[in-house]
Amino acid sequence: MSDTHQKEIDQLSGVETTGHEWDGLKELNNPLPKWWLYLFYATIAWAVVYWVLYPSWPLISSYTTGVLGSSQRAEAIAAYEAGVAGRSEFADKIVAASLDEISSDQELRQFAMANGQAAFGDNCAPCHGTGGTGFIGYPNLQDDTWIWGGTMDAIQTTLLYGIRSDYDDTRFGDMPAFGADEILSDEEIDQVANFVASKAGLETDDGVDLAAGETLYIDNCAACHGDALEGIQELGGPSLVSANYLYGKSLDAIKTQIHNPKNGVMPGWVDRLDPATIKSLTVYVHSFGGGQ
Amino acid sequence: MVAETEAEKTEHAEEWFASAKKIYPMATHGLFRRIKWGLLFLTLGIYYFLPFIRFDRGPNAPGQAVLVDMEARRAYFFFIEIWPQEVYYLTGLLIIAAVTLFLMNAIAGRIWCGYLCPQTVWTDLFMWVERQVEGDRRERIRLDNAPWTGGKIAKRATKHFFWIMIAWWTGGAWVLYFNDAPTLVYELATFQAPMVAYIWIGILTATTYLLAGFMREQVCIYMCPWPRIQAALTDEKALNVTYRWDRGEPRGSLKQNKDLERKGLPSGDCIDCYQCLHVCPTGVDIRNGMQLDCIQCGLCIDACDNIMEKVGKPKGLIAYDTDENIQRRIEGKEPVYEIVRVRTVIYAAVIALVGAIMLFVLLTRDFADINVLHDRNPVYVTQSDGTVRNGYTVRLLNKRNHPRYFMLHVEGMPPGTEVEAAGVDTIFADRPIVEVGPDTTREVRILVTSPVGVTMPPSTPVTFRITESVMGEVVTADDFFKAP
Repeated sequence: MSDTHQKEIDQLSGVETTGHEWDGLKELNNPLPKWWLYLFYATIAWAVVYWVLYPSWPLISSYTTGVLGSSQRAEAIAAYEAGVAGRSEFADKIVAASLDEISSDQELRQFAMANGQAAFGDNCAPCHGTGGTGFIGYPNLQDDTWIWGGTMDAIQTTLLYGIRSDYDDTRFGDMPAFGADEILSDEEIDQVANFVASKAGLETDDGVDLAAGETLYIDNCAACHGDALEGIQELGGPSLVSANYLYGKSLDAIKTQIHNPKNGVMPGWVDRLDPATIKSLTVYVHSFGGGQ
Repeated sequence: MVAETEAEKTEHAEEWFASAKKIYPMATHGLFRRIKWGLLFLTLGIYYFLPFIRFDRGPNAPGQAVLVDMEARRAYFFFIEIWPQEVYYLTGLLIIAAVTLFLMNAIAGRIWCGYLCPQTVWTDLFMWVERQVEGDRRERIRLDNAPWTGGKIAKRATKHFFWIMIAWWTGGAWVLYFNDAPTLVYELATFQAPMVAYIWIGILTATTYLLAGFMREQVCIYMCPWPRIQAALTDEKALNVTYRWDRGEPRGSLKQNKDLERKGLPSGDCIDCYQCLHVCPTGVDIRNGMQLDCIQCGLCIDACDNIMEKVGKPKGLIAYDTDENIQRRIEGKEPVYEIVRVRTVIYAAVIALVGAIMLFVLLTRDFADINVLHDRNPVYVTQSDGTVRNGYTVRLLNKRNHPRYFMLHVEGMPPGTEVEAAGVDTIFADRPIVEVGPDTTREVRILVTSPVGVTMPPSTPVTFRITESVMGEVVTADDFFKAP
């Protein structure tokens, strides 16, 4: 390294060197391009202007706010409120309109579908699946099997108050535990289960008295499930001749459900979702294809 | 280390940074100048006025002959309407354009560069303005070296004013291709046009002003790839703007040449007057042979012919000629001109073939289309009666300018299958009829349900077939019917 501060001019290029030298190679001290340098100065000037206008420097417990009073937090809140206000126009119309009107009006339907899809993903999908196809014990909303009714009004009532929830207006149907509460003996459960299976198109156990099963069915089950096993929607008694069984369609599943039934619960949404969202969800669920 | 002399050092320094030399092209007149004026009027005339040509397409389509409607995603060229998915026509046009460039080159060199390229045409126009305001070559050189007087400032201001006006008009014409031209002109004049129109006009005004006013030949020499490609494509039979050195050399002033002639020594026809160099828009000396910088505009031919006429020698010392012919003349043979040769025939054949394919596709293309998207969640739904339902999102395209009806039929399903189109009144149980508006698409949700008592295999290939109600146009799309 050179330790002199004397200016040294490179002979070949006529440019001053930095004075650094490595094995005889010297670094040229070419000046920065003018346009670059002036842009650099301009950014410095701009930074000073920015400090004055906008929030920039942190202080002990606050920060410099800038003379323009700009705040990203306030902007975000304003944008959110603008979004809510933008939706409120449609939301008000949805609340005022009947379900049929929403369904038949192109504009309202489009809003309800979008709103319903978002609400469904947030609130319903955990049990019913993102596509609404459900799981064992959680009803499929795509098909045409509706335990409590598949009209838009019925769907809306179910949405509002749920099934076996704490609301007074809730859907309530209670399948007794015929086995666990010893209402029927194991043999009788076998008989009635095999009878239901035979009507539902399932294979039955050999040597079971189906006639005795039929009698037991009429005495114990027909009140809710109907004389022809067709189900009674008003009581929430599901059809037993449907291809879709909520708790699985097999002889074993039928026996289990008679012995010690599951009585699934759906929460009511009347206090959790606003009326526009409930209506949107109704239209959305109804549109899956199985609506009546 | 060997010490270098001062002269050597300076020489090096200069080699490293070659700054562009300003060119002052001189005015000339003659055949090629007239051709260039003619093509300038023609090409600029098309460019500036084409958007105003009207073309009646009926009530549901724009009435502008050439229009790229970005908002509606349609492009119109007289009787042709292109949808976004038909942009492949552009590929065909680009192939034709490229091969036409090759063909031009194989026949007569850089016809495109010299006469048709926008860079050449606008530069020519800007140079004309410059000449009208500041005078010809000599006056312009003198003006550049003159001190800044009021007169000089006035001349410069006038020149730049007209340049910017032309540039602005150029940018303005561009945006007219993307909107209804008369409407947009009115909106622009009343400051009601969309912001994007002003932005594009600004951008193109700036590029025209810079490229045609200042960068000029540097665009051709440094920015454009074509000179490099052209040099690789040319051959000894291609016509190029050529200095016939066999006739011109040894060059010398008129007096020198006469002296040589008198002494019986060989003397060329070139009188070394530099007229060819002075008229050249890229500052090339054509006597150095074919070179990358030369755009082959033919102005040096005009300049040389005018001089040859004055000194009483035959014209054509610089002319469109081939390398082969120079060689043949030296050998005392007759020159030959072969425009029809394997290369040009192949190029022409490729152009004809691609053109024919495009024409065929254009004439036989469908004016309806169908896209089918199977539901992903759920893939299928089992109904209470054991039947299986599949959902599809079907998009129908109607490319005609009037509403049309399409009957949808799903083929490949067993008899008794139900096909339901949500929101569409069904006349036949399994064949919904869907109306699609003029020049638009319609998305319909289609539910296909298998017949009762039929067990469907896990996957059944099906064909969605739409039949247009009047003309019977048929389009199909393949998909699957899924079951447990």
